[in-house]
Amino acid sequence: MLWITNLFPKIGSSYGKEVDNLFWFIFWISLFFFLIVQIAMIYFVVRYRNRREEEVSNIEGNNFLEITWTIIPTIILVIIFFYGVYVFDNFQRRPPANSLEIKVIGHQWWWEFQYPNGYTTRDTLIVPTNKPIKLIMTSTDVIHSFYVRSFRIKEDAVPGRYTWTWFKVVEPGVYDIQCAEYCGSRHSKMIGYIKAVNRNDFESWLASVSKETDLSSLSPVEKGKKLSQIKGCTSCHSVDGSQLVGPTWKGLYSHEVVVLENGKEKKLIADENYLRESILNPNAKIVKGFQNIMPSYQGQLNEDEILSIIEYIKSLK
Amino acid sequence: MEHILEHKHIETTHKDDFSAKLGMWLFLATELLLFAGLFTLYFLFRGIYLPFFHEGQKELQPIIGLINSIVLFIGGLTAVLSISAARKNNKNHLILFLLITILTGLTFLGIKAYEYVLKFEHGLFFNMEHFKSLPNGEKIFFSLYFVMTGIHALHVLIGVVLFSFLLFFAIRGDYNSENYIQVEIGGLYWCLVDLIWMYLFPLLYLVK
Amino acid sequence: MLNKLLSHEPRPGILGWLFSTDHKRIALLYFWTIIFIFLIAGIFALLIRTELFLPGKQTVDSDTYNRLFTLHGVMMVFLVIVPLIPAVMGNYLIPLMIGARDVAFPKLNLLSYWIFLAGVIVILSSLIFGAIDTGWTFYTPYSLKTGGGVLLALFGVFIVGFSSILTGLNFVVTIHRLRAPGMTWSKLPLFVWALYATSLMNVISTPVIGITLLLLILERVFGVGFFDPTKGGDPLMFQHFFWFYSHPVVYIMILPGMGIISELIAVHSRKRIFGYWAMAAAIFGIAFIGFIVWAHHMFVSGMSDVARWIFSFLTFFVAVPTGVKIFNWIATLYKGSIRLTTPMLFALSFLFLFTIGGLTGLWLATIATDVYLHDTYFVVAHFHYVMVGGAITAFFGGLFHWFPKITGRMYNENWGRLGAILIFIGFNLTFFPQFLLGMQGMPRRYWDYLPEFTLLNQISTIGSYTIALGVFVSLLILLLAWIRGQKAPENPWGGATLEWKTSSPPPYYNFEEIPHVEHGPYDFEHLLKKEKVSQ
Repeated sequence: MLWITNLFPKIGSSYGKEVDNLFWFIFWISLFFFLIVQIAMIYFVVRYRNRREEEVSNIEGNNFLEITWTIIPTIILVIIFFYGVYVFDNFQRRPPANSLEIKVIGHQWWWEFQYPNGYTTRDTLIVPTNKPIKLIMTSTDVIHSFYVRSFRIKEDAVPGRYTWTWFKVVEPGVYDIQCAEYCGSRHSKMIGYIKAVNRNDFESWLASVSKETDLSSLSPVEKGKKLSQIKGCTSCHSVDGSQLVGPTWKGLYSHEVVVLENGKEKKLIADENYLRESILNPNAKIVKGFQNIMPSYQGQLNEDEILSIIEYIKSLK
Repeated sequence: MEHILEHKHIETTHKDDFSAKLGMWLFLATELLLFAGLFTLYFLFRGIYLPFFHEGQKELQPIIGLINSIVLFIGGLTAVLSISAARKNNKNHLILFLLITILTGLTFLGIKAYEYVLKFEHGLFFNMEHFKSLPNGEKIFFSLYFVMTGIHALHVLIGVVLFSFLLFFAIRGDYNSENYIQVEIGGLYWCLVDLIWMYLFPLLYLVK
Repeated sequence: MLNKLLSHEPRPGILGWLFSTDHKRIALLYFWTIIFIFLIAGIFALLIRTELFLPGKQTVDSDTYNRLFTLHGVMMVFLVIVPLIPAVMGNYLIPLMIGARDVAFPKLNLLSYWIFLAGVIVILSSLIFGAIDTGWTFYTPYSLKTGGGVLLALFGVFIVGFSSILTGLNFVVTIHRLRAPGMTWSKLPLFVWALYATSLMNVISTPVIGITLLLLILERVFGVGFFDPTKGGDPLMFQHFFWFYSHPVVYIMILPGMGIISELIAVHSRKRIFGYWAMAAAIFGIAFIGFIVWAHHMFVSGMSDVARWIFSFLTFFVAVPTGVKIFNWIATLYKGSIRLTTPMLFALSFLFLFTIGGLTGLWLATIATDVYLHDTYFVVAHFHYVMVGGAITAFFGGLFHWFPKITGRMYNENWGRLGAILIFIGFNLTFFPQFLLGMQGMPRRYWDYLPEFTLLNQISTIGSYTIALGVFVSLLILLLAWIRGQKAPENPWGGATLEWKTSSPPPYYNFEEIPHVEHGPYDFEHLLKKEKVSQ
């Protein structure tokens, strides 16, 4: 028995145990009915195998049995239902009033987390332990699903609306986030992490990054580097030459690129204008061998930010 | 086996008017469900975007819709009359009523086409500039308008084709007071198309 | 003119088959088409499992993988399991079982097949144009944005829907109007009851997926926007529309299988089904409840909490009639005379596998546990247990059971049993570990996975190859038997339903004379008496 209970990921959240208890409750009931049915089946098959046909009993049915095995399962099922609603309503859907609200934005194919002070992180969500966290979630493109198995939580991140879930971490540690709603090419690569630290560490971290939300003190290249991470560029474009969904940035600037423009092949040198066009109007020219799936950043980056990113790309020789 | 067939022709097909009608009713049920889906969509979006639906409705012409309703209704009447003409063995009347039904269907489609052209002239179709500038709620209203009236019009067209076959068979002399089940089930189909329009018209054009 | 081309009497050659209005020939046309698709979709499954043998890329990249699992789902759901038992066995057996010469609308029946074939061709052609990678559930907005042959795939499924509607319509009218004299509703075999309910469900629910797919097509072509949040639409509305059909469709998939199981257990235990009317009522109970539970697929979709409670509550009730059926089948075995033939092995396999599949549904119906298990491999295991362990297993049982009737030949019983056992073992090896993977937290539709999931994935992959072996053995021995098996008698199993009262195979007109029915479908006693008298 023990090894099967160990299948569940270690619980990191306050109400995870409630969900597991419910799981095992259903397990024992199901096992009971499964065994009754299977043991009866095997016994009857063995006992009555190749019995003389004349001895076959031609019972038509038994109303008492029919009523019994209709009513008893119904009662048990209703009990399971109420237990389920109890856990759902009292735990999974009852965030305490003093919850810290953090915004989660799903992207293809990365997670964006926005803290109350406006700072954002990518793919790693840093939270304090022993403090209820309420996640307000949405998506910028397609449906994703925020799933933290150690916390026993899951809720979809849907474009065009806000959904929510909540948890309270009891053990400091790192817990994986997996996207649980198919969202395209890199659905299985959208792994994130929740890093739960004690409250003091969290507070001091939050204070230190407040300065970092202000990027103006950085050089253009550093700023471009930060932006390319925050805005998700590097989830599709590598900086070290490796092949991801989009062309690598390493060695891109001032080198020849073969693109498809309106279906026709064309060679050009990747200069500032080409890079700028690729950011604002990526459909105009598609690099040969890659798919036309890059979203436009029109409205999401101002001129200064675009220039910084271009400077960063230029620095990647 | 050939031996048996020579002496005793075993009839494997049969004529059964009740079956034909039962089959047609079941088919009509599927059509109702198809439109029920569309009506559900309409009501759900209307609940979200009521003021936008009012705005969008202003672009529709209830008078044209009314004329179309009368045209379709006349066709429904003649469809039913064609059934009684067949039952009474009156070939001339049968042909006349079938023909009128077809003509009402074509008229309906013509008027609908005219309505659509009016919309195109106002830039009110998918991917036209004016359409793209509308608020989402109005976009949804016009989308529903085109999808629902479009699919309904498709069904009217199918009805016209169906009745053309009936007309051809009627002229050929296939129908008489013993054998007119095809005219009956054709009439049932036309009545469904009428019925759907009777809900579509007020919902899209009239209801505030 | 068309009438000259179509023929109820058998004509030779391929045209004789393609233009035959004989329900038995049409059934076989469906069989060959569907088995072909089944094998292709099965190979896709093997490719999927092969890729998942280890984390990281083994054989295909993620874009290809996403197309593989989408096509596997689309083909298996819409082109295999939904039509399989109704269009193959329903078509072949319903007229025979009710003592009729054919269905109510034989020409419409042939049209249904042509429409089905057209849909198959359109879906296969989507493969040439980039295939489709949305998952068989086509969720928006992803399905609005992704490239490839999406329109063709959607259109193909739309076309196939018409085939289901027309066949369903045909069966309902047939069962109402063409029963032989004496074949009252109380003497109807449970297989026919099951198909009657399935046909009604097909007629009512298929138009909804029709309009949903049509709207999706219009969205992609015209940019309509009902399901696109950037245009004021709502992705959840798509989900409601989609599941309103797709939940009943899973009961459309299982009810015919349950019908087969009733026939198999009765005949191979030489005993009437326990609780005939309870079984018939349970069929309709499942059918009715199947229509009101659809949003249990949406417990974490962002739907309101109240909606979640309502759908969870209603979902539990489908377990009641389902349980009644399982208990009644077991009770049928009691004091029967059980023969462990190949069909019986498949039937017992069904009772084991479907029970597991059904019980695991409880975890998914319970909202709190579903939050954890939704979109994980637990769900994948659950639905494969009920769809493959249920419907496909029942199909194979029926295939072996009625093989002698359809072909006039007997298959080799020992090899048949081996095939059944291999499929049973392979199936459990493939899918039981997937329950455990779901408990561990592996999401579905994942091309790559965290390393701790590796061992269970490997066991599952080995299992999938075992299933393939079992299927190969089963189909091979049937093929061999068809070509050179021993001749089969009229009634090799001693069945009491009407199809066993004519030759194997039946003549094109089914019966020399339409039978006058005096005995029930499971009245083996009177068969025994007849045997004694004739000895």
